[in-house]
Amino acid sequence: MNAWPNLLIDLLIICLFLGGISLFYRPKKARAGNLMAAFAILAAFVAVVLRNPLEEPVLVVIAVAFGGGAGWLVARAVNMVQIPAMVAFQHGAGGIAAFLISFVELTRAASIPTTVVGEISGFLGLVLGAATFSASMVASGKLANLLYQKPVTLKGHSLWLLAIAVVIVLVAAVSGLSGNPARGYLLVALIGLSVLLGIVFSIRVGGADMPILISFLNATAGLAAAFCGIIIQNRLLVACGAAVAASGSILTHTMCRAINRSLTNVFVGIQQQGSSKTENLFFELPVRKESRAQPAEGTPPSEDGFSRAIRAAMDASKVIIIPGYGMALAQAQFKVVELAQRLEKMGKNVRFAIHPVAGRMPGHMNVLLAEAGVDYDKLVEMDDINPQFKDVDLALVVGACDVVNPAAIDSEGTPISGMPVLMAHEAKTVVVCNLDEKPGYSGVENPLYEMDKTITLFGDAGATVEKLLAGL
Amino acid sequence: MTELMTLFFVFALSFIVGYFLISRVPPLLHTPLMSMTNAISAVTILGAILIFSVELGSCEKFLGITAVIMATFNVVGGFVITDRMLKLFKKRTPPE
Repeated sequence: MNAWPNLLIDLLIICLFLGGISLFYRPKKARAGNLMAAFAILAAFVAVVLRNPLEEPVLVVIAVAFGGGAGWLVARAVNMVQIPAMVAFQHGAGGIAAFLISFVELTRAASIPTTVVGEISGFLGLVLGAATFSASMVASGKLANLLYQKPVTLKGHSLWLLAIAVVIVLVAAVSGLSGNPARGYLLVALIGLSVLLGIVFSIRVGGADMPILISFLNATAGLAAAFCGIIIQNRLLVACGAAVAASGSILTHTMCRAINRSLTNVFVGIQQQGSSKTENLFFELPVRKESRAQPAEGTPPSEDGFSRAIRAAMDASKVIIIPGYGMALAQAQFKVVELAQRLEKMGKNVRFAIHPVAGRMPGHMNVLLAEAGVDYDKLVEMDDINPQFKDVDLALVVGACDVVNPAAIDSEGTPISGMPVLMAHEAKTVVVCNLDEKPGYSGVENPLYEMDKTITLFGDAGATVEKLLAGL
Repeated sequence: MTELMTLFFVFALSFIVGYFLISRVPPLLHTPLMSMTNAISAVTILGAILIFSVELGSCEKFLGITAVIMATFNVVGGFVITDRMLKLFKKRTPPE
């Protein structure tokens, strides 16, 4: 097991994994990177099978064929809107594998002596794996619209979480000291408790915080794999688990920053204090007073708004489209892309501005728009496109609110103050196609709606965009 | 004990190198990145296979088989769906 050739092979496989990840630097090379990582797993698999003669080889082959076949079929069948739910489900499948392996190794460890650190890692792998599994199932259900979307908060929610965690530590300690068969039963109880922990933990997260939850579960799935690797003393598991944990941590951090909330804030469910009224500190936004006479929710926007919006689109030469969560929800991306292509045919420069949290998981909006047929060089990140809004004739907001709220820049003390936003308000004209006038997830009013240059078209994004298309 | 130290060293090094590499991935590719790293985390398939490297009882057999099925589902599903997603990212020639 410790022989140099084996170490060399392991190192080579780890390099293949890291090389695969490093190819994700460019969209063109990413596909090769993915294949490289897949090849690395295959190589690792073959190496393990060659090194260790297996009991029950037929059963293992059947299991591999069954699991692989199911994975392949499901991966072929899902569409791009379902990707977040699918990825969450996959985190869960990884979690199951991790806690089952830990369980088997820990019950064996009771008869075969192992190191204390190894056993502790086993317990961590078991708890993290089981909690990742249940939390991922909840997340997947929410993302697939099968479960209630809004955060569910129990009475004394944080206390419950703490209590479950304490009981988990106690049960783990007792089972660590006991031998078989008592340990087996205690471990089953531990799995049950961890599953409960995952559920209680994840039901409180919902709505716009889902990208954070799914990134966090990515990290815990990786950690669970790494702990599994420590108990079975396998370098590959440890290395891959650690790299995945790093990836999940980065994505979690990026999402938190983009949504202007700390991780504890999201998971402890603290609703930010602070006013939802926006006071302009640094500059006065020109406010349209008569705009209070907006149509109520559900009624079609005035024809006047449409004709003004169409005229603005006709006159514009530079257009930036800002898609948000609402567009994904209304599944209006194909219509929006049709609109973009129509405008391009008219000789206009059209690009998409992508906020980091637009969509239901990190980067989801890019996948949706790529599927709808947008070239990736037209999908521009926030930091790159923000300085360009000043020269833009028309900013078309589709189903986004908080991510274009200028209050984030110029007022203090609101939940979104300091959050990075897209500078739609700097464009010469802004057209907003949102469902209603209500504030976004943060609950902060959006002064953009009140600006003189803004044309608001409230209603279903798909229908609104279709009407714009018809008018062009 | 030396084995354990090696493992911790491997963990720390992979975390740091992974962190460094992934920081450079553009937000454009964050969804496929997560989908692929998710497939990589199903490297637990090795652990699941190793359950079968020693003699085992019927309960362990059942758990081992479940672990193998779940891990292969995760590996194959993860890589296939990542590939499907990445195929969508195209740069066409500008329309004439």
